[in-house]
Amino acid sequence: MSIVSVQNISKSYWRDSLEIPVLSNISFEVPEGEFVGLMGPSGSGKTTLLNLIAGIDRPTKGSIIVANTDVTKLGESQLAKWRSSNVGFVFQFYNLLPVLTAFENVELPLLLTKLSKKERKEHVEFVLKVVGLADRIHHYPKQLSGGQEQRVAIARAIVTDPTILIADEPTGDLDKTSALEILNLLQTLNSEFKKTIIMVTHDPRAAERAHIIKQLDKGELT
Amino acid sequence: MHILKLIIKNMLRHKLRTFLTVLGISIAISAFGLIRTVVTAWNAGVEATAADRLITRHSVSFIFPLPLSYRDKIAKVEGIESITYANWFSGVYIDKKQFFARLAVDAETFFDVYSELLITPEQLAAFKKERNSCIIGDQLVERYNLKIGDVMPIEGDIYPGRWEFVVRGIYKPRDKATDPSNMLVHWNYIDERMKKEMPGREGYVGWYISKIKNPNDAAVISEKIDQFFQNSSAETKTETERAFSQGFMASVSAIFTSMNIMSFVIIGIILLVLGNTMIMSARERIREYSVLRTLGFSNFHLVSLIGGESLLIAALGGATGIAFAFPMVSGFEAALPKGWFPIFYIEPITLILASSAAVLVGVLAAMFPIQRTLTTKIVDGLRQIG
Ligand SMILES: Nc1ncnc2c1ncn2[C@@H]1O[C@H](COP(=O)(O)OP(=O)(O)OP(=O)(O)O)[C@@H](O)[C@H]1O
Ligand SMILES: [Mg+2]
Repeated sequence: MSIVSVQNISKSYWRDSLEIPVLSNISFEVPEGEFVGLMGPSGSGKTTLLNLIAGIDRPTKGSIIVANTDVTKLGESQLAKWRSSNVGFVFQFYNLLPVLTAFENVELPLLLTKLSKKERKEHVEFVLKVVGLADRIHHYPKQLSGGQEQRVAIARAIVTDPTILIADEPTGDLDKTSALEILNLLQTLNSEFKKTIIMVTHDPRAAERAHIIKQLDKGELT
Repeated sequence: MHILKLIIKNMLRHKLRTFLTVLGISIAISAFGLIRTVVTAWNAGVEATAADRLITRHSVSFIFPLPLSYRDKIAKVEGIESITYANWFSGVYIDKKQFFARLAVDAETFFDVYSELLITPEQLAAFKKERNSCIIGDQLVERYNLKIGDVMPIEGDIYPGRWEFVVRGIYKPRDKATDPSNMLVHWNYIDERMKKEMPGREGYVGWYISKIKNPNDAAVISEKIDQFFQNSSAETKTETERAFSQGFMASVSAIFTSMNIMSFVIIGIILLVLGNTMIMSARERIREYSVLRTLGFSNFHLVSLIGGESLLIAALGGATGIAFAFPMVSGFEAALPKGWFPIFYIEPITLILASSAAVLVGVLAAMFPIQRTLTTKIVDGLRQIG
């Protein structure tokens, strides 16, 4: 059974009245619990495709069904609500809030839930343990290494136990060792916690971890 | 953690910038409070005037006197309940820096017309009996440490010579707008001495004050009085007390009008100061706000986050500004010559105005950054570097 179903997606940007097609007629399925790698040259539309699946951008044409919800049909605020419980997003540049500690950054998505303070604390401590940062709970992002920051970001992405985990070049800004740690972590999340992961990467070693590889070139799947 | 904690942490991100913004707002708000206090003190003088009193003065200027004989003629005009008259006595008490009104009044009728000056019947009777006595406001009692029976020596200027007045009565102002620092002496006493020492100056009063039965008749009665004295040697001009005191200080009032405008210009300036801070913050955080939206934070959350920060800074600045305003106003009052403003205190309306101005500024300053944040597409915000 597929958890994500991308159906005939096209996406264009407009600069003035000039249409710039970025994705054309893309369709594919992601079975539940899969680890999908999305590759392709720079500018081929990988980030654009991820953003559409994550529901932070809208396609020009086509529909995207995630766990039986047609994301393209949701209104602005419904979509925000949907994202909060269904999508975990990991960025290339971590995107932690610099004024918040690791704990508080991970707690952020839980503020949108009905969980009590105590329950939130338990969840946050649990995921920080999963990513191996139990001893860095009260550190601020600038007191952490890049790899550690990315692990906090992953903890933030999984703390709500989302339907899908989306990662856009999660190792793109890291050195070899840190990149390896992050990939191991993602693999663990996939194999042990059965998270469905869609990951964009340029790195062939990262792609090795994925079970399915999709190649995107000039806006088309090959 | 709560969203409020994030607001506070955001606010403290650039401590110096936030501090300077709060300081700017608080200086402006206390300046606003001080200026409004001066303006209200000024207006209080005008507002204290009664609508049911008419002032009749010389048509050319109030410095020219009118004959005492006008009194009976005015009193006969229909609609007038009672009439009294007064004159500037002025003179120097202690030294030239002591400001308070010194008036020569008709002892028999003055307090009937000025019912806002509260005095016991016994003291009023004692005053009426003794020609060289005076009645003073309770603020003068405090200011000069006076009591009943004390003598107040005055060096005359309009009425030359040395004068001595025994304090026989102390009036209390009926409300806060009433001048608590008048000194009232007998017109008769001064007139008699003029008759002896400077013949020809006797028999003149500065202005007449008539209490009318119905304030709505003010215009009609004024016209009747003035018609009466048309083509006489001293034509009159009659107007309500309010119009009189506004006209009397017309030259000063331009200054107060500009102060009035200035107080609101100040609010405009703090709007720019806070607006600038909020716009800078929002621009720096456009990416963070996009991240929050990616996590599922709604427009409402972002409005609370940005608006809350703006309001918090404005409230901090407003509160410290109001706290500063009190010592500033007392310092200002101490620096002013005594009696310039009989009433000088921060009115509740000034506090309400100052705090609503701060809140309004907080709301307005957040509008542009909020609008900008919410109209930025998430994907565009995420692409921003920095
Ligand atoms: N907001 C936008 N407005 C206009 N054009 C855009 C916008 N976002 C992306 N594009 C264009 O769409 C194309 C695909 O961009 P996208 O970021 O998806 O590529 P990518 O495959 O993720 O590249 P990279 O590997 O460099 O991250 C690019 O040509 C880009 O210039
Ligand atoms: Mg990309």
